[in-house]
Parts: sequence; structure tokens; C-alpha cells
Amino acid sequence: MADVAERAREIVSGVKGKEGVLIHVLQDIQEQFGYLPEEAVEVVSRELGVSTAEIYGVATFYTRFYFVPRGKNIIRVCRGTACHVRGSGRILGKLEEGLGLKSGETSPDLNFTLETVNCVGCCALAPVVVINEKAQTVLNPEKVLAALKRSGNNGQD
Amino acid sequence: MARIENRLMLEVLAKRLAAQRAGRGCVVKVCMGNGCLAAGAEDVYKALAAEIARQGVAAMVIPTGCQGFCQGAPVVTVEPSNYFLQRVTAFDVPKVVDIVVRRGGVLVQHLYREPETGAVCRCADEMPFFQNQVRIALRNLGRINPMDIEDYIAVGGYMALAKALTEITPDEVIEEVKKSGIRGRGGAGFPTGVKWEGARRVPGSRKFVICNGDEGDPGAFMDASLMEGDPHAVIEGMILCAYAIGNCSEGYIYVRQEYPLAVKRLGIALDQARALGLLGENILGSGLNFDIQLKKGAGAFVCGESTTLMISIEGKRPSPRVTPPRSVEQGLWGLPTCLNNVETFANIPAIITNGGEWYARYGTERSKGTKAFCITGKVKNTGLIEVPMGMTLREVVYKVGGGILEEGEFKAVQTGGPSGGCIPDAHIDTPLDFESLTRLGSMMGSGGMVVVDGKNCMVEFARFFLSFTQQESCGKCPPCRIGTYEMLQILDRIVAGEGREGDIERLEKLGLMIKKTSLCGLGQSAPNPVLSTIRYFRREYEAHIRGKRCPAQACTSLGLYVVGEDCILCGLCKQSCPHGAVIEGRDRFFIETVLCKRCGTCLAVCPIGCIRIEPEVQEEAVNR
Repeated sequence: MADVAERAREIVSGVKGKEGVLIHVLQDIQEQFGYLPEEAVEVVSRELGVSTAEIYGVATFYTRFYFVPRGKNIIRVCRGTACHVRGSGRILGKLEEGLGLKSGETSPDLNFTLETVNCVGCCALAPVVVINEKAQTVLNPEKVLAALKRSGNNGQD
Repeated sequence: MARIENRLMLEVLAKRLAAQRAGRGCVVKVCMGNGCLAAGAEDVYKALAAEIARQGVAAMVIPTGCQGFCQGAPVVTVEPSNYFLQRVTAFDVPKVVDIVVRRGGVLVQHLYREPETGAVCRCADEMPFFQNQVRIALRNLGRINPMDIEDYIAVGGYMALAKALTEITPDEVIEEVKKSGIRGRGGAGFPTGVKWEGARRVPGSRKFVICNGDEGDPGAFMDASLMEGDPHAVIEGMILCAYAIGNCSEGYIYVRQEYPLAVKRLGIALDQARALGLLGENILGSGLNFDIQLKKGAGAFVCGESTTLMISIEGKRPSPRVTPPRSVEQGLWGLPTCLNNVETFANIPAIITNGGEWYARYGTERSKGTKAFCITGKVKNTGLIEVPMGMTLREVVYKVGGGILEEGEFKAVQTGGPSGGCIPDAHIDTPLDFESLTRLGSMMGSGGMVVVDGKNCMVEFARFFLSFTQQESCGKCPPCRIGTYEMLQILDRIVAGEGREGDIERLEKLGLMIKKTSLCGLGQSAPNPVLSTIRYFRREYEAHIRGKRCPAQACTSLGLYVVGEDCILCGLCKQSCPHGAVIEGRDRFFIETVLCKRCGTCLAVCPIGCIRIEPEVQEEAVNR
């Protein structure tokens, strides 16, 4: 995958020589590919002079770096306190059941990724589910599932 | 727009912009805070703009930050009448434009109605929710367009900076901050003025200012709302800090990754401030050089801890370090660093403009000023509020929050997120200040306030928080890494109905040990939710362990499921039971204990709630 390495090199070259840019670079790479491909990490390691072990040490610490490709639709169930008190556990369970995925998993056809998030800051509207960066109040998980299945199928057609 | 070279230019500009804004007639302000956006404010905004153009009304639409009353999302304020409309959807827009904007009438169905008296409140000022608040940090939220620096300048923005740079010395700035008595709004409550003084005294030719916007506490969104709704106030506060501590030309704002909107709006604000010369070289002709970089977190709660945050900015694997040396002496890259919370910085311009004594008028003896809280959970009015320190919890929950949802019973308030604790009914008249909350085993924290009613099980609630801190523990020190895991296992056991005699004492012992021996604030406060719930709700723990039952009926894996006498024979429970445990008898339904897996499905589907969970063993011991 020459293009992955090429893109990674471009991203690194913009910030080379500055201090404390590693996380920033990894975020940019993830924005580009949706996850951190191994080739890209190797490029970052060479260009910044940081060992891959160290890079993975940093990246695996954070929950928002991914090492495998993720789904087209990303569903994040908020598990913050306010959502918890208003029943987000039940909603997560329903979505897990409906999508056949556990939290943190991606469907094999790369259509859906289901994960939890600790708080998205719209606690007043709890319980909240973020679907593709759009937060919404979800009281009826079945409805969300139906909408997701529809959009997922459209994506395939 | 041209660069502002000095104070005079800023004053002239502010006057011109204020006059311009005073004369622009009807303005429709659409809340574009996180909550309202989730409820569809974006569509409302677009629809309003299109409809105003279509009907040819002389009015303009502007987006604002969080207007506070998230319960009524999406909310819209119409000026100059100041009508406060709630639950406005794109569908309602033609009506709103025609009646409220064009003819100046009211739409009663979109106004807030006091639940008790039924009185209609036309404006925000008439609502008890707003009447009992004092807005200092949140002064501009909902009033200005956060993406337009001119709006901020028109309401007197950057004037505090101009005043400081031309009239008062850095020492006097620090003196003013000390006089105000403001304490760090991030939770620990260290006096801000003292911190700044320390940072000024430390010798060093390169110092940093950092704004901690890594608001990780679930249930709190004040900092997010501030960064989204009034980013310039935060920036102005940071520049003032840089001026006060001296030798500082670099600043960082560290924002949580889950707040993409805050990142976007802060980015816009920084660009605008740079274009006007309010950031960069020679700010307002004073010779002060200062610029701010935005750093995005990557999803780690522990990064909200100040030493960890600095290590994260350095691009290393973050974990806290031992203090002292304190950050003001050796912070980012080992250099003197002054780190404050978003809300603290947002307060600073108001303090410099109005004086420290003015700020100190609010609050209590040792906790001065006001504090923003996010009131959520089972209250009627959820949202973003700011009240003077020393207000009692009762006033906050009942006067501002409007009481408990569905007239339920108040059980507890959880403050301070996963680092805080639960305050029960008996202590509801406690004043809100740093010391009182700590005394009760809770914490001010960043300001999350989650109200809990009788349907929430406190043991489960404590387990929820502990599982959060356990997951987020960075793993550096054993008390936090192993201790929280041990505690969590005990709690898991209790919630699953396998609690043993002595578990409560084990939890207490472990909790105190973790508090005493952990390295950073995360570990030191992680046991708080468990310890405080044991302190005030010991009975519930005992009921789980000895009686094998959950008084709140929230832990579904405890006890025996029983169909009550009031069953209406609808059969939904039988249909939905995945284990076939609901048996239809001749004239009633019953649950077969052997088959029942306690999944809780029947509890959720029963339309009249007649399925009960009864204790497995007779519990005489519980009522001792």
C-alpha cells in the first residue's frame, strides 16, 4: 500500500521538527484512514525518530485510537451518569442485540461499529446515542435499529 | 477587518459595534449548544433563515451558545421582545416567524409554563429557572454569536485585557484575582490568585499557560458549553494570565476529543483573535507576545489531571507524576506552567473589569463567587446553570431544577462525577461550597450534578462509577490499578446477588486505603462514590447482601420475580419472556422460579408494572 505510506509521509512532513506532535500526527492519520494502519505507523516512526513500540505505547493508552478498520456507520452509546440514570444500559443492550455486535465491535461487512462513550456533553437530553457524529435522544432503540438497517442497506446498493 | 493597534481603537470599535447591534431591530437567537443541536437546532436555524427571507420580514437569525434551559431544547430567543420559545422544531418555524417575529405576538404553546401555578413565562427573566441564577462565567452564553468576535467585542469583550495592559501592572492583576477569592473551578479549589503569584515568582524565561478543557466527568458539560458558547472569554482570560505571570508567550488549550464542536469553535475564535492582533505579537501595542495552540485529547479521563495533561501535550504516554515539584515550578517540558480550568479563565475578564471585591460579594466566606453546574438526571428542568456559592442543594434542585421528575421522591444528588459522592435527603439543606461538600464525603468537582430518585439503586450507581474509574485508571500506581479492581469485583458480586457477610467492611477498608495511597487525584477520589453511598445508604447494601433484594428494583438479577395481584391478564410478559418462564394458569399468570433467568424483560414490558421482585430469604437481619 504505497499510498498509505505516501499520505502518512505528507502528514508528518507538515509538522516535522516541532515539539510534542506525535498525538496530533496520529489523529490526522486516523482522520484520513479511519484507523491507524501499520504502514503509516512505521512511516511516523521513521520520520519522527520515535520507535514503533513507543508510538503504540502512546496510541494504545487512549481509547480513541483504533488499529483495525471501522464501520461506515459508527454508533456510540453514551454511558455517562445522566444517561445511565435514565436507562442507557438497556438501550445499549437492545442495540447490541439488534446489531449482533458487542460494544467495541465492528460488523464483518464493515457497515456498523458499536461502541460506548463516557459523556458527550448533552446530558440534559439523556439518554443519548451518537450516530455518525450526530447526537440524538433515543428512547426507542427499535426505531434507531430500523433506521440504521435501512441506511446500511442503502449504502450497499 | 484591520488589526487593532491600541486600546483607543478597540474602544472606538466596541462603541461602533454596540451601536450597530442596538439598532438592528428584530434578532432571532437560536441556541446552538450541544443539547439543542442534538434536538435539531441546525434544521431550525436553516428553516428560520429561509422563512424570514420568504416572508420578507426585517429580522436576522444568529446562532448562540447554550442558553441554559436544555430541557426545552431546541430553544429560541426573539429580540427585542425577549420572548423565550422552547421546543421549536423546523415544522413550527413558519408559525413562529409569522406570529412572533413579524407581528410581535406570543405563541403560548412554545412558552414555558410554571407547572404549579400554570403561569406563562414569556421571557427568560420570568422563569424561576433563570431568576435564581447569577451568571458571571456564563454571562455571554446565549447572548452572542460565538463564531463572531465582533459580537464579543460589542458586549465589552477584550476590554478587561485592554484595561490590564494599559492601566494596571501584572502584580495588580494578581492582586485583583486574589481579592476576588476565586478558587480553581476544576474541582480541587486551589486559590487561583495564589497559583498565579507562584507562577510569577518562579524564575524562568519561558513559561506556559494551559487551559484544561478535558472535562471528562460524565454528567458535566459546563466547560464544553463555555468553549462552544463563549470561546473568547476563555481566550481573554488566558491572555490576562500570560500577562500576569510574565515571560509567557505560549499557551495551550487542551480539549477533550468527544467535543468536536468546542474544537471547531475555539479554532474559529483563535483565528479571529489573531486576525485582529489580539493574539500574536505586540498585543494592543503593549509589547506582550502571546499565542495559543489547540490540543485535542484522544479519549483518556486521566488526562484531566494536570500533570498527566502536560505529559499528554508533550506527546508521550500519559500518566501522572509525583508532586511536588508543582506544575508552576516544573510543568510542561519541565518549565514553569500555570494551568487553570476553562471556567476559571472565563471568570477572569469579569473580575478584572468589575474588580475583585465585586466578585467576592457573591458566595460564602471561604468559597467566593459563583459556580456553574450541570443539573441533570431526574429533575424537571435539566440544563446549564450558574448559582452563587453557598446556595443550598434544596434551592438548586427545587427552585432552579423545578423539582423531581414525575413528582417522584428525591433520593440523592450526586456531585463531582466519578470523584464525588452522593448527598442524601437528610443533607439537602447543605450549602454548596468546597468545604461543605468535602465534609459530606463528596466533592465540588467540575460541577456535574445528577439527581437520583427512588428508582435508582445506590449500590448499582456506585458500581457504575467505580467501573468507570477502574477502566480509566492509568495503571501506574498499584492502589488505583489493583485496588479499584478489587472493589469493583466485590460490588459486581453484591449486585449479582452473591454478596457475602463482611463485604461492606472490606469495601470501606479498601476504599480508605486507596484514598490514602494513590498517586493522583483520580485514585484518591475513586472510592468516594462507594464510600459515600455506604455512609448514607448502608441499608441498601445490607438488603442486597443479606436479603438478596434490591429495594429500588433496579438490580434485576436479585430476588424472586412475582406477578402481582393487580395483573390485568394482558399476556405481554408471557409473549416476551425469552426463557418461557411465564406460565399461564387458569385465571392468572405466574413465573416459574426454576426457569426464570432474571433478565428483567417482563419488568420492562408490563404495562401496569405489576411484576415485583421479592426477597429470596426472609430478612429479619436487614431491619436490625
